Amino acid sequence: MADLSSDFLGIRSPNPFWLASAPPTDKEYNVVRAFEAGWGGVVWKTLGENPNVVNVNGPRYGAIHSSDRKLIGFNNIELITDRPLEINLEEITRVKRDWPDRAMIVSLMVPCEEKNWRDILARVEDTGADGIELNFGCPHGMSERGMGAAVGQVPEYIRMVTEWCKQYSSLPVIVKLTPNIADIRGPARAAKQGGADAVSLINTINSIISVNLDTMSPEPSIDGHGSHGGYCGPAVKPIALNMVAEIARDPETAGLPISGIGGITTWRDAAEFIALGAGNVQVCTAAMTYGFKVVEELKSGLSDWMDQQGHARIADIVGRATPKVRDWQHLNLNYIAKAKIDQDLCISCGRCHVVCEDTSHQAITHEVDGQRRFQVIDEECVGCNLCVSVCPVQDCITMEQQTSGTDARTGEPISGDYANWTTHPNNPMRVPA
Amino acid sequence: MAASPSDAVSAFWQDLHPPLSRHEAAVESDRCYFCHDAPCTIACPTDIDVPLFIRQIGTGNPAGSAKTILTENILGGMCARVCPTETLCEQACVRNTAEDRPVRIGELQRYATDHLMAAGVHPFERKPDTGKRVAVVGAGPAGLSCAHRLAMHGHAVTVFDALPRPGGLNEYGIAAYKAVDDFAQAEVDWLMMIGGIDVVHDSVLGVDVTLDGLKAEFDALFLGLGLGASNELDIDGETLDGVIDAIDFIARLRQSADPRTLSAGERVVVVGGGMTAIDAAVQSKLLGAHEVTVAYRRAETAMNASEYERNLAKTNGVAVRTWLSPKRVIGEAGHVQGMEFDVMSGSGADYRPTGKALTLPCDRVLKAIGQLFVTHPADVSDAPDAVPGKPIGESLALHGKRLQVDADRRTSDPAIWAGGDCAAGGEDLTVAAVQDGKLAAESIHRTLMQA
Repeated sequence: MADLSSDFLGIRSPNPFWLASAPPTDKEYNVVRAFEAGWGGVVWKTLGENPNVVNVNGPRYGAIHSSDRKLIGFNNIELITDRPLEINLEEITRVKRDWPDRAMIVSLMVPCEEKNWRDILARVEDTGADGIELNFGCPHGMSERGMGAAVGQVPEYIRMVTEWCKQYSSLPVIVKLTPNIADIRGPARAAKQGGADAVSLINTINSIISVNLDTMSPEPSIDGHGSHGGYCGPAVKPIALNMVAEIARDPETAGLPISGIGGITTWRDAAEFIALGAGNVQVCTAAMTYGFKVVEELKSGLSDWMDQQGHARIADIVGRATPKVRDWQHLNLNYIAKAKIDQDLCISCGRCHVVCEDTSHQAITHEVDGQRRFQVIDEECVGCNLCVSVCPVQDCITMEQQTSGTDARTGEPISGDYANWTTHPNNPMRVPA
Repeated sequence: MAASPSDAVSAFWQDLHPPLSRHEAAVESDRCYFCHDAPCTIACPTDIDVPLFIRQIGTGNPAGSAKTILTENILGGMCARVCPTETLCEQACVRNTAEDRPVRIGELQRYATDHLMAAGVHPFERKPDTGKRVAVVGAGPAGLSCAHRLAMHGHAVTVFDALPRPGGLNEYGIAAYKAVDDFAQAEVDWLMMIGGIDVVHDSVLGVDVTLDGLKAEFDALFLGLGLGASNELDIDGETLDGVIDAIDFIARLRQSADPRTLSAGERVVVVGGGMTAIDAAVQSKLLGAHEVTVAYRRAETAMNASEYERNLAKTNGVAVRTWLSPKRVIGEAGHVQGMEFDVMSGSGADYRPTGKALTLPCDRVLKAIGQLFVTHPADVSDAPDAVPGKPIGESLALHGKRLQVDADRRTSDPAIWAGGDCAAGGEDLTVAAVQDGKLAAESIHRTLMQA
């Protein structure tokens, strides 16, 4: 059986699934329940200075649902912990003492002054925690006070604060990045330059999740008004995956450990983050949607998949997909694929036909010899994958690579050679072959 | 407004399908794939845009959903209750292919139409008066559908019906548990909100009005007469006391102020294999009959009643016995005591006598072997003061035993249209009658506006 134990920056945990800094990790009660359920570690909800912040006394969450109320996207306007610093430190100390095999990371957010950071770092170190995570990510509330995303959006600040933390603490430093920037590589490079041991990403995305059309208030609504909040949940996973990959393959940050965060709901999500370069993963929304028990599915799914694939350890899969990520210009333009519809699996809903007909390439029939039948017209199919994306039946439509003969659409012979845009005749900036 | 049903009626007949809750409707609507050129819509005799109305439910717009339904089928509320969806839209649902479990289209349709009707909203507006007048004979599904569509186009419509309440078979001929809480009347009241429709009740064609008279008075004429009579068994003992036409039985119990006072018989034999046979059998059982047997002369799969209907009968304790062809009704002192059958054999629709006979003891026989179009709609001898017109069969061409109509539902007389069960080529379904009325109305409208 695969070994799920995790060693991230020397911090050991029985599995790579940590709970992210968020409501589930705000109190000893919750964290103990999480450890009892089997989570490998937690990043304690962000500590700040006294006096503690306050939260709104009304709705702080909003959601996007599918028709049957499956939660797809989630946002919040909650701030960092609203409990006194001393209580949090005391509980962290006790939980780490009682659960020595689990990872205990403490998330921090204090004003951008050297003294403020130095003071809190010393107190955190006394708890026996395994590491710290710098919250440079929260996009709401704290950012208006010059903290959270307000720091994460300025690489110079990231570097400066990271340097202080490395200087005043012996604990590993994880810098949590905000996705609310143009290019994630800037903040990641700054963290590395400041001496960060790792980055974690993504924090939540700035968002208004919905508008109440009766009251005209954004939601969650507080007394008829709403504010932008942080967006997370399954819907943000693709954004997070890309950012993880960007950092993993950037020559300036390659090799910098990454803790992957963003919409991880199933073992498959987790495996994808790890494959793109994350050394471990953090989860929040899935737990807040289904409870801590989801970790059982995460662990068994990842373990079973590793067994099937012959991977013995987490380290064996970290970054396996990273080299497969390329810039568009380096994709092979001689690769030809066409859709193929398995008529035995087809239920004849016709969605592939209508989307191809209306919005793409008119490459799928709706009738053959007067009978309702959906069949790919190779002469028109550009292999775009839209039909695969909308088909309700898994594996009914597949993309088949064409390896010989001619492309029925272009009439051009199919070449086994690799050729990309950089040398394409239509590229005005092509480099001579 | 029609009278509301008595408390006794409301309490007695339990809804066959309790309505979907908002949550159930949301979950079920999510199962619809929004198919292209949707097979369910193709299967619907009234061409309801099923994927669109389901999507509108899913997006929280049940009123818009209802309008989508009612645009094609003004009796969409009743059809949601009585349509054999298992052989129409739901049979065509692509979910059957993958899961053997179609989207519950009928129940979703009811969810949307109930929502709109509960709000008391009529979503259609009548166009300005055209000055044209159309007579509709028969206030059943075909006539009501035709009347509504004509009224929408701005024509003035007068509906003549032989019976005291409108609705036709919706009111008199289908099982009570399919349209509880006097739904048929509530739907007619709602339909009439379009305006421009007058209804004249207790007005019998051939007695109180005639084809020639109506033709003279109105610009066009639509006949939704239904089938005036039931088929006879043509066997000995048919006139014995206790041998009852199933349609009459259903009409009586549908009009009863208190079903508990109705006699259902102790041991009932229902002869026939269609929806009426099932409706009559199940209601007999619910009314307290001890033993109810549906006797059918061929294989069960050859019955007109769908598998769903047959199972409904069985789960209600009705015995379904096949390969039994009526031979004679046995009686004593003028009352039925049993029924003797020839035992048949064969496969599917083919059958022949085996030479054996079987007798089922019973004190009631319900005849449900189909209805017949009556070309003389009234027995004129009972109304000596009436001025009878020519029998319909002499005025209009027949196709087989029913009225011949073209694709626009126009009869051999260019001023007369017909639809529903009285017209040839139909499916004898409420939903098909609604489509006939709609198509006829559009054709009448085009004709009148060209004139």
